[in-house]
Parts: sequence; C-alpha cells; structure tokens
Amino acid sequence: MRAVFAQPSTIIVLLALAIFTGTIVVMAGNGDISTSLVKVLGMTLCFCLAAVAMDLIWGYTGILSLGHFAFFGIGGYAVGMWIMYARTEAIVVAAQASAALPPTPEEIRSAIGTQIFGVVGSAEIPPLWMFAHSFWLQMLMVILVPGLLAFVFGWLAFRSRVTGVYLSILTQAMTLALALYLFQNDSGLRGNNGLSGLQNIPGFEGTPQSDISIAFFIASAVALALGYVLCAWVVSGKFGSVIRGIRDDENRVRFLGYQVTHFKLFVFVLTAVICAIAGALYYPQAGIINPAEIAPIASIYLAVWVAIGGRGRLYGAILGAATVSLLSTWFTGGRVPDIDLGFTRILWVDWWTVLLGLSFVLVTLFAPKGLAGLFDYLRLPSAVKPYKGEPKRIK
Amino acid sequence: MSALLEVAGVSVSFDGFKAINDLSFEIEPASLRAIIGPNGAGKTTFMDIVTGKTRPDKGRVTWGEHNISLLKKSEAEIARLGIGRKFQRPTVFEDQSVFENLIMALKNPRTTFATLFYRRTEPDVTRVEELAREIGLTSELGRKSGELSHGQKQWLEIGMLLAQDPQLLLVDEPAAGMTVGEREHTTRLLREVAKTRSVIVVEHDMEFVRQLNCRVTVLHEGSVLAEGSLDYVTNDERVIEVYLGRSGER
Ligand SMILES: Nc1ncnc2c1ncn2[C@@H]1O[C@H](COP(=O)(O)OP(=O)(O)OP(=O)(O)O)[C@@H](O)[C@H]1O
Ligand SMILES: [Mg+2]
Repeated sequence: MRAVFAQPSTIIVLLALAIFTGTIVVMAGNGDISTSLVKVLGMTLCFCLAAVAMDLIWGYTGILSLGHFAFFGIGGYAVGMWIMYARTEAIVVAAQASAALPPTPEEIRSAIGTQIFGVVGSAEIPPLWMFAHSFWLQMLMVILVPGLLAFVFGWLAFRSRVTGVYLSILTQAMTLALALYLFQNDSGLRGNNGLSGLQNIPGFEGTPQSDISIAFFIASAVALALGYVLCAWVVSGKFGSVIRGIRDDENRVRFLGYQVTHFKLFVFVLTAVICAIAGALYYPQAGIINPAEIAPIASIYLAVWVAIGGRGRLYGAILGAATVSLLSTWFTGGRVPDIDLGFTRILWVDWWTVLLGLSFVLVTLFAPKGLAGLFDYLRLPSAVKPYKGEPKRIK
Repeated sequence: MSALLEVAGVSVSFDGFKAINDLSFEIEPASLRAIIGPNGAGKTTFMDIVTGKTRPDKGRVTWGEHNISLLKKSEAEIARLGIGRKFQRPTVFEDQSVFENLIMALKNPRTTFATLFYRRTEPDVTRVEELAREIGLTSELGRKSGELSHGQKQWLEIGMLLAQDPQLLLVDEPAAGMTVGEREHTTRLLREVAKTRSVIVVEHDMEFVRQLNCRVTVLHEGSVLAEGSLDYVTNDERVIEVYLGRSGER
C-alpha cells in the first residue's frame, strides 16, 4: 500500500478529487449550481470509476473487453430492483392503511406485483426479485451477480485461451445477448420499460432531491477514490508486473510459472465488480435504467474514453471518461449553437458523434498515449522507484 | 546416475507432417548438452514438447528422480517443477525494468494471491543483485529492458531463467545475432551455470558449440542422428551428409 501513496499521481488524483468534491458540495449548498448539474457530475464520477476498471483490464492486462458496461448495467438493475420494490411496498402499505381489514402479506405482495409488473401485463413477482425486499441481500447481489457472470464467462474464455479480437467479439456477444434478453417483456425486469423512479430513495421520501443528489455525488466521489486506490495498489507491485507481462507476452509469463488464466480471471472479475458498483451508484442519479443502456455500443464508448484518456495509466482513464462524457452531455444537450454553413447545418446533437470519432482517430494517430500522455511533457517526477539504487532514467 | 529428463519414443505431427519422429533423448543432472541440426530438424519443437507447449501424439516424457510424467502438465506447472526455457527470439518484458523482470522470475509462490500480496524482501533484492552480477547487468538494473542491447536482452533472459532456480535450462539459439565478445560472455555464463544444473543449448553456430566443449546431439527430421563429442559427430558420415555438408558450403 505504501508504494501506492508514494506515487505522485495517486496523491494528485486524490487531492484534485477532494478539492473538486468540496467545491461542488459548497456551491450546491449555496444554490450556485442546480440539482441536475450535481447529478450530471456525480454520474460522471461513476463513469470515471468504470473507466478506471476498464483501464485495469485493457490498459494493464491487455484484455480488450467490450462488455464491461454490461456489468455497469447489471449493477444498476440490481440496485434499481431494491429501490422499486421498497418504494412500491411503502406506497401499497400506505394505500391500504385505511382499509377496514389490515391486508395480509400475500395481498401486499400481489399489490406490489401488479404495481411493478402491470406494464408488462403481469402481476407475479418473478423469482429474479426474490431478494429485492431486503436492502442488504440485494446490495450483495450488486456484487455477486456480475461477479459470478464474469467468473463463468472469463473461466470459459480464458481457459480456452481465447485472446485478442476474438475475446472482444465474444464480450460484445455477451453484452448483446444480455441486452436482447432484457428487452423481452417476460425477462422479469419489465422489458424495454426498464426500472424507473430510481431517484426516489426508499426511506428518504421527505428528503429533497437537492440533498439526495449531493449525498450520491459524495458517495460517487468516495467510490472513485477507493476504486482508484485499489486499482493503483493492484498494478503497483509484482502483480502489476505480471499482468503487464501478460499484456505484452502471455506465453512468456506462463513459462515463468504463473497460471495466466487465473490472473486474467481475477482481473476480469474484479473489474466487473467495480463496474457494477459504479453502475449501482449511477442509476439512482440517472433515475431510470432500461435495456438500451446495456447496448453493445456503450461498452465500446467505455473503451473509447480510456483510449482518449490514455491507457496504461489510471488517471488517464479518469481524464478521458470525464472529458468525453461531459463534452457529450454538453453537445447533445442542445445548448451548443448550431452552425449554419449555408448548404448544410451542423446540428451538434448529430455531429457530436462525428466529432468524437474524429478525435478518436486523431488521438490514436498523433497521441497514442492519450490525453494523459501530454503530462509526460511536464516531466513529473517518475513513479515508484523500481529499484533502490536506480540510476537516472535515460529518457 | 539416473536421468534428469527422459524423452522416449516421442512423435508429433502437424497436419500429417512428422516434425518429431520416434525421438528418444536423455540428460543427466548437472550436465551441458548441445543440440544441433539443420533448419526444421525439430529442435524448437522438441523444446515445445518438454515445456508443455506442444502435446506429443505418442511417447513418454518423464522428469526427475520420481519419474513424473510431464505430458499432462501445463506450461506453468512444468516451469514450477524446475524447467526453464529461453526462446529463440529474446523475449523479455521490454516495458519493465531489468529489476522488475528479474523479480518477477524469482522462485517464489506464484499463485494469484501470493503475487498480489507479495512484498519485496531483502533476500529477494539481494538475490536479484547477485543474478545481475552473474549476467553482467548490475549497472542496468533500473533501466527499461527495452533499452538494452540485443546481447544484454539475451543475458537478461538467461538471468530470468536462473532466477527461477531451475534444474534444467532449455536455451534456444542464445548466440544468434551476438558480437564476438558477447558470445564469449555467453559461453562462460552457460558453462558456469552447467556446473550446478543441466543445460540444453540449441545452436547453429559450430564455433560456439565447440567453445561449449560438451556432448552433442544431432537432430535430423525429428529424430536423433548421432550423439557424442563434437569431433565424433562431425566425423559421422550421415551427419556430414545431412548437415555439415550443407553448412560447410555457406
Ligand atoms: N505449430 C506448427 N504447425 C505446423 N508445423 C510446425 C509447427 N511447429 C513446427 N512446425 C514444423 O516442424 C518442423 C520443425 O520445426 P522446428 O521449429 O522444431 O525446427 P528447428 O529445428 O527449431 O529449426 P530452426 O533451426 O529453423 O529453428 C518445421 O518443418 C516446421 O515447419
Ligand atoms: Mg528453432
């Protein structure tokens, strides 16, 4: 752990995050910035956390997973189930409080079922929801479900030594399959309606959204800080050496006596769980989750953020995710003036994707180390000394 | 003395082409052996079989005094049993320092969690420094291994082998692309290593093999053609025909 905090980049990231969080909280408290902006910023922090995980799996371990946003979505669904269930339960109980006879538990359950699943023409609470009544059990699901899915998927893929492009395609297929499944009305997760009203946190009905948004913003910042430190620790020591070795030449690592499959699986599961936690914090701020969120393209965006930010260094991932996702919100928010070229009008809502694609190409061509690579020109003192008697780096 | 590694009646074919054909081979503990043979003779494939990269179609590969079969073991397991391998092309982790390369190769518990919670210890650092001295890279410990010269990378790779503390080292064409001075260093290094461990060196360069001054096995079309001292095998008519005849023209 000490090595992590000896790295200037860790200190700088944590300091910057603390200052940023403090500033936003103070400004929001004074009413200088709107609740919706606080939510956007909180959600951006969740994206940053997912991007840090993506950097660990792709930038450090060399596994270009194009499925990690699926885990993000699963985290969102898992937390959303508890929110919807508990909130509906409170409403049902309140509505029946005035009835002559107190309702039986079965009546309450059936009323909840009708409320939640009426939109997909069902009144049954599907087995998938069996833990939704309990906050703690359902929070466990946030970690267990994506963790288990990642474990099974990773075990099958890595054991058969699926690598490179084939693995990327496989992860996209997994993501697509999941999204298609969720789109079905009988998926047990309300089909394309998804889960909604997630901004209303059960037990905090009386708390204004302005306060809830600040609480989630702070929680997201803390999660990002913890996730960053965890990932920085994972990549700092010998484990970091081994996974970078796997990235550069996995066969060589095998002949050194390391079980490459186990290392890949560990990183795959760990990053999946981090993404799920990020998603679990994101969707209560977004207020709604539906299968479209899990579409394969979302996972590709995650990779684009990391590529633009600079893979192979964790702060690069944060930089990329924050820059690109905030710009995306700005450009697609309709507040950027459109440009009239006479023969055509540049509508940013549509042209943003073109701009993003173009920047991606430019970064790949001219700044392969991404935005974070630009820091190299600042000549920050180098990271942990790999060796105590280290002579000065030549470069 | 019983053999350290025994390969018996091993065959392997790729799409019908017999790369290794009923090959038998033995090596004793703490001995140096050179394997020579024309291109495509199956030298690298032989190493692939011993290290678990390629599975033979038939035959036996046994290891150590307890005659453990290596056929069902993974590359990582075989490496942990004490067989280290140096590839034909130097493969070190170029993005990492010489120190990091060596410490990764050290013989320590290599499971996921042991690696995750590994703490650098004084004995480990001392061991790495010793190794660096042995391979002549002491002053390069902090450098990125990608910045090393070709010869230095080869030595680093040999150092990484030694770090694993193997009983057998398989070294594929260590002298390729080296300068005369680097070759001499490599010869000395290998002869030194072979005092305590077994070393199998695959090499094309006759002069280099002569310097090693050890028993030589000639491989041809996937099986052993001759075995003995360099002078003995170079006087063997079949060897002259398939191998030396051609290389003599070069
Ligand atoms: N994976 C493979 N698939 C198909 N053929 C192979 C494979 N590996 C090796 N071969 C063939 O087996 C034969 C032996 O190859 P090998 O690499 O062992 O030769 P070598 O003795 O190491 O040669 P060189 O001196 O050129 O390194 C060659 O004809 C090669 O083309
Ligand atoms: Mg070869």
